[in-house]
Amino acid sequence: MSATQSFAPVGAVVAVRKRLQRRYGLVVLGLAVLSLAVASLAMSIGDYPLPLGDVITSLLSPFTGNADAANDFIVLGVRLPRVMAGLLSGAAFGLSGIIFQTILRNPLASPDIVGITTGASAAAVLAIIIFKWSGLGVSFMACGGAVLTALLIYGLAWRNGVTPYRLVLIGIGMAALAGAVVSYLFTRARIMEVQEALSWLTGSLNGATFENLTPLAIALLVLVPLAALLSRSLRTLQMGDDAATALGTRVEFSRLGLILVAVLLAAFATAAVGPVSFVAFIAGPIARRLLGPSSNALLPAALVGGLVTNAADFVAQHMLGRNQLPVGVVTGALGAIFLIYLLAAAHRSGRGG
Amino acid sequence: MSVHHQLSAADLTLGYGDRTIVDKLSLAIPPGKFTVIVGANACGKSTLLRGLARLLPPSAGTVYLDGRAIHQMPTREVATLLGVLPQTPVAPDGITVADLVGRGRYPHQGWFRQWVAADDAAVAAALQATDTLDLAGRAVDELSGGQRQRVWIAMALAQETELLLLDEPTTFLDINHQVEVLDLLTDLVQQRGRTVVAVLHDLNLACRYADHIVAMREGKVAASGAPAEVVTAELVKSVFGMDAEVCDDPVSHSPMIVPVGRHRVKPRLKAAAE
Repeated sequence: MSATQSFAPVGAVVAVRKRLQRRYGLVVLGLAVLSLAVASLAMSIGDYPLPLGDVITSLLSPFTGNADAANDFIVLGVRLPRVMAGLLSGAAFGLSGIIFQTILRNPLASPDIVGITTGASAAAVLAIIIFKWSGLGVSFMACGGAVLTALLIYGLAWRNGVTPYRLVLIGIGMAALAGAVVSYLFTRARIMEVQEALSWLTGSLNGATFENLTPLAIALLVLVPLAALLSRSLRTLQMGDDAATALGTRVEFSRLGLILVAVLLAAFATAAVGPVSFVAFIAGPIARRLLGPSSNALLPAALVGGLVTNAADFVAQHMLGRNQLPVGVVTGALGAIFLIYLLAAAHRSGRGG
Repeated sequence: MSVHHQLSAADLTLGYGDRTIVDKLSLAIPPGKFTVIVGANACGKSTLLRGLARLLPPSAGTVYLDGRAIHQMPTREVATLLGVLPQTPVAPDGITVADLVGRGRYPHQGWFRQWVAADDAAVAAALQATDTLDLAGRAVDELSGGQRQRVWIAMALAQETELLLLDEPTTFLDINHQVEVLDLLTDLVQQRGRTVVAVLHDLNLACRYADHIVAMREGKVAASGAPAEVVTAELVKSVFGMDAEVCDDPVSHSPMIVPVGRHRVKPRLKAAAE
């Protein structure tokens, strides 16, 4: 059939496709450059300022052997793990958020709003207050809490399959329930424990080390390729279950796989740095807005997540006076404003999210 | 297209939960023809289409595609033979027309077979056939209802399947676009040898365009065959519960149904109706 086509119509189609691809390329490149710029700033500015040249020398020192103990400790031991924690957890949150939002066809349906990260928080607070755990034990509990919450939501929403609408509603209910568990645990706790639990709950990159980033890094190595494989079916699932089936997608299988990947991403990110609020929620919509009329926003959303987390951490550390705040305070404030904007915009266009 | 693919249903029972909507229905879709399913609201015509398109698993009975149970076939393989335009597909926010229509190529692609020139050609052909080529770069959300409907049809066309099932493809369309869409589907049948099945609301357009009409009542087939042979005043009465005169369509010489209501009726007919 293609042989009978004249060149012109195909040209028009190709032109549109090329235009979208070019914009996608520019957005990805721009986000990567910005991320690098913020990372460079974060590694050179601080109580112990270092020129960028010294930072690079230190970064390369394991390979070149040009060691400077003080610089290397600041760069490799403190600032690099912190920047990596921001990038990795932000990317995981961003990717998780956009998968949820796309599958559930609802910009409000990110893991921090449908209760996944709240479930992780409840489990972590339980570990801190009741079991008196800290460190990796808390991370492990947080991860388990996220997965358990997701399973509960999926199970409760199941009725001959799962509809996105039911998942979101039950998820919001679960978020409230997990929030209640956290509040209850606080009433049972001593003030010291509450303080520790609260600092975990805000989400922070303080004290990030390569050791406590390892589980997240391994999770990303496994989950990102899986997300890439499943993103093909994500493109058809966006159009509704009937259209997706019509195009040959195994709907329940793909949806369950994607949700599993998204839940694990959010779980490992929360376990590593705490429930840094709203990163998962805002990364996807920002990426979509940058891309314009395009829809495969997984990679851009991951980049936005990392960029937002590190930029917010930089603001929290250096730009809000003498007190260094945890990153979650800044992302929380940003996210709340963005949520109001999104609700107002959705209301105006009559789509209501 | 050389060999025609066969679609049929045997003792097909479909429903949602405990509610049975289509009841032990058997039918064969004539290959290479335009089949139209008609019936009153809630008679099960859309449910039947969803069942035939393997979008709804049967509670009993079987849908056969080329003699194989369609629900047992890999859904991807079915998607290369049978295209469906569901009733309420969702356009992702901000998606462009070309991108949306391009998604019709999904079953022809894989992880290792990405976008190729044949895909561009199929998308362009589908856009041209539905007269939406000018809209290729526009966002689907900005289009009028009629334009959007034609874009969705283009997506189903881009799938390049021999069988094409459409659930009310003419809703939201002005009469001129309704006729255009039905002409387009007829082109597919007559020039490309496709098999088209559509659920339609407008009885007169159904009678004019259908090679084969299936009239449904309460989940069963009330009548099926060529419109000129099966569409009568009695059939309209039994399927729609409405009095009607059936006369000759001056344009196509197919049966034309003229409804008889309580008002605006000549005294002679009124007496006959009462």
